[in-house]
Amino acid sequence: MSPDPYLLAGAALFAIGLRGLLAHRNLLRCLLAINVMGSGVFLVFIAIGARGPLPDPVPQAMVLTGIVVSVCATGLGLALAERLQELTGRAELGEDDP
Amino acid sequence: MRRHISSVVAFVVFAVLAWGVTAEWTEPGGLVSEARASLDRAGARNPVTAVLLSYRGYDTLLEVGVLLLAIASVWSLRRVPSTEPHGAERPLLGALLELILPLVVVAGGYLLWIGSDLPGGAFQGGALIAGGLVLARLRGAYEPRDGVWLRLGLVAGLLVFVGVAAGTLAAGGRLLEYPEGRASSLILLIEGAAVVSIALTLGAMYLGGRPDRGSDEP
Amino acid sequence: MLALLDVLLALSLVVLAWGAMADPDLFRAVVKLITLGMVMALVWVRLQATDVALAEAAVGSGLTGALLLSSLRRMRGREAERDGARKGQGG
Repeated sequence: MSPDPYLLAGAALFAIGLRGLLAHRNLLRCLLAINVMGSGVFLVFIAIGARGPLPDPVPQAMVLTGIVVSVCATGLGLALAERLQELTGRAELGEDDP
Repeated sequence: MRRHISSVVAFVVFAVLAWGVTAEWTEPGGLVSEARASLDRAGARNPVTAVLLSYRGYDTLLEVGVLLLAIASVWSLRRVPSTEPHGAERPLLGALLELILPLVVVAGGYLLWIGSDLPGGAFQGGALIAGGLVLARLRGAYEPRDGVWLRLGLVAGLLVFVGVAAGTLAAGGRLLEYPEGRASSLILLIEGAAVVSIALTLGAMYLGGRPDRGSDEP
Repeated sequence: MLALLDVLLALSLVVLAWGAMADPDLFRAVVKLITLGMVMALVWVRLQATDVALAEAAVGSGLTGALLLSSLRRMRGREAERDGARKGQGG
């Protein structure tokens, strides 16, 4: 299982998520973007660890930790976005549009 | 305008990353051989579990701490009603739950137990049970109250982990340096408490805020 | 043969990620993210990371998806309330 297509896919996922994070104002979309970026990073980690005959357990453990922290961050981010919406009526960044 | 700039930036980032990951790598290896060589001393035959709870136990301790920190932060932001208003409108879910919830609990416990030797572990088992809690919540069968028991369950994982860590320090060793032959039992102890915390934390995160207090509040 | 499977999986990851970011309907975007997580779990198995696959399916895809969908519903509910109140005032 050559990991090369996955390495490129990981880079692509990171870039796609980054583009979404920069371009969108809706907080929910920003959280989606952060999740996609995280998935890209995990993909690169594990693909690198899968190059040898035996899989490397260290990046796998790191990604496991990363996934759990990622869901915590998403949960907290959603609570923040909902609180912002409860207080101001909008869940968007910036004051450009009315 | 903003969209176009972000697309350009993202494309440049992708180009740099693609160039970086397809570079000529040195011999693959990392720490695979070292990690696998000490598995019996580490107390687990699953190398990932050995890394998580033996070689890098401190990182996992902090991770359990992050779980607690996240749910405490969510609780400090919002309050939610304990009862699920639309639970009664999902009778099919109720029928499904009668079949699935016991299986979920058994499967979660199995993943915890088998995690030392085969793929699995506390996080996988705890996450599965949390999924069961979410389904139960949707049916209205899980109405957590902010009381002693819930809070105890949320901190249990971190408490046990810190307790074991303090114990290893008190016994004269370095932090989380398990004594000879005790490694696998200590790992199981830590993971057992962690499963409870992980399941309750992730289930509570689904609520999105702090539930009603126990019997004190009207 | 398996190399073809890897290329196809990698391609579907990229397509799903693009869809998750570009879909104008937020609900569809979240569903695409959930699907991305599920395909990721398959990729983890391909890369011999079974523990990660279990965690990704349960947490990365399942729980994250549940969190996002329930928040989306509440946020849309509040938006509808606010629009309803505003129409009541303006009218």
